Amino acid sequence: MKYAGGVDVGSTQTKAVIIDKKKKIVGRCLIDTGGDVTRAAENAFSQALMDEGIDRSEVGYVVGTGYGRYKVTFGDRQVTEISCHGRGAAHMFPGTRTVLDMGGQDTKAIKVLPSGEIQDFCMNDKCAAGTGRFLGAAAKALDIPLSELGEIALKSGKPVRISTTCTVFAEAEVLSWLGKGKKVEDILWGVHQSIAARSFGLLVRVGINDEITFTGGVAKNVGMIKAMEDKLRRKLNVSDDSHFMGALGAALFALDSIISEETSGRVTGKEREIA
Amino acid sequence: MAPEGAGSSAAGPEVVGRGIESGARMFREWFDELTRVANAGGGAAYVFVIGSFNEILQSFDMPVTFPEMNSLQTAIRRVSSDYLTMAEDYGYSSDVCGYVKADLALQLKGGAHPMGRVPKPSMAVLTNGCNTYIKWAEIWERLYGIPVVTIDIPGTRSPASKSQPGSEDFAFEQRYVLGQIKELIAVCEYVTKKKFDIDKFREVLSYANEMSLSWQRVVELNQNRPAVYNAMTDGTVFLGVANAFRGTKEGAVYFADLVEEMEYRVRHGIGVLRKTENGMVPVDQKFRLSLVGTPCYPIFRRFDDMFAKFGGIFVYSSYMSFGSGGTCAGYTYDLDRPLESFAATQLLMSRDAMDSMFHQALVLEQTAGKFAIDGVIFHPIKSCRTVSTGMADQRRYVTERLGLPTLILESDFMDPQVISEAQMKNRVDAFFEGLISRRHQSAA
Repeated sequence: MKYAGGVDVGSTQTKAVIIDKKKKIVGRCLIDTGGDVTRAAENAFSQALMDEGIDRSEVGYVVGTGYGRYKVTFGDRQVTEISCHGRGAAHMFPGTRTVLDMGGQDTKAIKVLPSGEIQDFCMNDKCAAGTGRFLGAAAKALDIPLSELGEIALKSGKPVRISTTCTVFAEAEVLSWLGKGKKVEDILWGVHQSIAARSFGLLVRVGINDEITFTGGVAKNVGMIKAMEDKLRRKLNVSDDSHFMGALGAALFALDSIISEETSGRVTGKEREIA
Repeated sequence: MAPEGAGSSAAGPEVVGRGIESGARMFREWFDELTRVANAGGGAAYVFVIGSFNEILQSFDMPVTFPEMNSLQTAIRRVSSDYLTMAEDYGYSSDVCGYVKADLALQLKGGAHPMGRVPKPSMAVLTNGCNTYIKWAEIWERLYGIPVVTIDIPGTRSPASKSQPGSEDFAFEQRYVLGQIKELIAVCEYVTKKKFDIDKFREVLSYANEMSLSWQRVVELNQNRPAVYNAMTDGTVFLGVANAFRGTKEGAVYFADLVEEMEYRVRHGIGVLRKTENGMVPVDQKFRLSLVGTPCYPIFRRFDDMFAKFGGIFVYSSYMSFGSGGTCAGYTYDLDRPLESFAATQLLMSRDAMDSMFHQALVLEQTAGKFAIDGVIFHPIKSCRTVSTGMADQRRYVTERLGLPTLILESDFMDPQVISEAQMKNRVDAFFEGLISRRHQSAA
């Protein structure tokens, strides 16, 4: 078997990554998850294979991760996105000791060992404040594409203070600031700062240790990177593939299983034996 | 490893499972009796788990009900939403303790409860063990005009500076509690129209002593590998009996039988069993866990299943201590000085119960080794600031000083609206991935 696959089915987007035995990403795909989670996983995986013209039979093992991991019906095993983001981040930035993963409905602070294994983690509670969904609510209220939020926010000179922690109420607060004549960039920067403050709290809970790697879809937002770096007073590791980090971690776990099979003749790794 | 002196009674395999069956039966019968009293127009003393002073009430033969247990039963029986919604419609905020709101709805429904009917209060007894008790009892006071006895248990929140038996400070505090107990007795005499009977009280204390020693032994026996009961699920049944039957002959017999069962299981290596299509089978016990906080009653079994799936078993729980008012610590009364000893012991037990909420790290420090704990689950709940405040600090201490893996799961013990099972499950999965990885590293 030449390749290993990872499929990360998130609340808003589904990511698939194919790696070779040298742990190099050879195929990737990102699509909206939509209502049919199983199909999203299948489509993302198929398109990632097509990227490099890889035949499905060449992929020896697939790990599913993310909220929809049990819907990756073709997957051989499931691993939480918490473990996968830790693993992916430590692979991409070997000095990583803390991971901040900001996704559509979850923000996680993860403390990792040099191997990328989880030492501790904290997540936002049931409310989606401090997650990508908060940015989504602001984008909707201001009628601005999500991808442009960060750039606009960075133009702010006098940010407003967003007081609500509720994603639903955030929309109303954004509109109220607009009504008071505040500039869009100032409102947006306030939104970014609000999310950064909540994420900072999670990081404090697990302990902030250098290096910090920022992962997840929100890590593509330049405004969010700046807001977090300001709050933390240090630079963050951010990869161009930040939103693929969970899928990459899943693919690395899949590769472990392939290697384990080849060296010991067993199909599964030790973890699977125990779990 | 078997705990010391696992006994050598002539008990046979028929004792296995007896504790849960008897406990559930006794609880049903207890509730049937409360229903009978309610239907006959009678009242019951309303008391709380931390400092119930049930021994005094038992000596007056008063029917007793625990509003906390009434409320949690609505959650276990999956009707808590109906009660909570009714209280919120009545005007109570969603932030108010779920136990209080379910009880308020119960009163508005005329005592209608999924297990029968709860009598109206004839009086209420409470301590400062939980600050909500005080405001809660005021509701009954307003609704029914009943006498409410609030007993102030002195003590600091700092464990190192607490007065100790034998000291002048402790003697002073004991006298302070004793004075309040005498006031309680006067109220009981007024409500029941009976005179306090010191010999009857002594008999009640004697049964309570037997229960305390057996209860302590039951807790200790779970140091065994395999664990002989699940401290969260089975433990909840045990502490229900410990509260409801405190100071009764039935309670003393129940706990003596429970010790016999658990010692039998220890001697024969019979761990926790689970009912399946193929009969009773041992549950997997790969990871020994300690629970800090309350169970998640609205999803009681499924909450446990999240851990059981990975071979996680709760071998210890702080709930067994504070949920039973500290009666599992093995304190006994001196029957030659019943009232004085009762005051001193109530002081010690209530302080212990409170410590098990506020100083969980110290309790874990004392128990983690004995119970061979692999991981600690902290369960802060929206309803209860008393039990949840400070858990983040305790968790940090446990992680850094004891080196134990920990997990925080936030939810509630009553309100299904704030329980997100998918998120909880995801965190539990990740926690076990870490535990498994940690075990592999140790093995390597």
